[in-house]
Amino acid sequence: MKKKWYDHLWIFSLTYLILGFLNILFAWLGLICFVVPLMISIGHGNKAYCNKYCGRGQLFSLLGGRFGLSRKHDMPKWMKSKYFRYGFLIFFFTMFFMMLWNTYLVFAGERTLAQKVTLLWTFKLPWHWAYHGTLVSDGVAQFAFGFYSVMLTSTVLGFVTMILFKPRSWCVYCPMGTMTQLICKAKHKEVKS
Amino acid sequence: MKRKAKVKKEQCVACGCCVKVCPRAAITVPMGICAVIDEQLCVGCGKCVKECPASIIELREVQE
Repeated sequence: MKKKWYDHLWIFSLTYLILGFLNILFAWLGLICFVVPLMISIGHGNKAYCNKYCGRGQLFSLLGGRFGLSRKHDMPKWMKSKYFRYGFLIFFFTMFFMMLWNTYLVFAGERTLAQKVTLLWTFKLPWHWAYHGTLVSDGVAQFAFGFYSVMLTSTVLGFVTMILFKPRSWCVYCPMGTMTQLICKAKHKEVKS
Repeated sequence: MKRKAKVKKEQCVACGCCVKVCPRAAITVPMGICAVIDEQLCVGCGKCVKECPASIIELREVQE
């Protein structure tokens, strides 16, 4: 099958992770991975982002497939259940909004900038080398640290499940995937009724 | 008897991994809800069965 331009978007995902290691402000670019799938599902009512453009999925597919890093075992049943998928979506967004709240506190001057990346919502990793100051508020950098934490955490989770199960196991419980599917379901129910 | 791929629709997450590996372009994800396989095009090769991260596609024997 002939490769299309969007089959190479894994390069974007990989570059993103590297850039965030060098200068944390690049983490803002990750918003593309949040906004585009939502716009496609709301505007067009499909999951073209997951199906075609998701660079992270392609990266896992490449590492688990061609690089042979995946055991290619079936996922446990509970992990593909609706309870887990919707539960993880709620948990993920609760943590996301807490991150936004922390960012707000820094913007408001009630908290100082923490130059740390939080992995798996628990482990605070030093990341000061990626901070070179901002021209605007410290909150801009705080959001970058917080957002990069979200992206790195989901990459690590996806990587672990890629090794244990099938390469793109992350797609089964990816919060963006679950959310865009829900949007599509709601949108098409509306049309039918 | 021929083998055809079947999707357990209720459990499908519509990720589209199966679409990418199908050599006959028999799979689509219309409306972003679940994968749909065109039985006329499916040759039962099983690539999608292997690829599906949720392992919810299976090969079933069907009458010709």
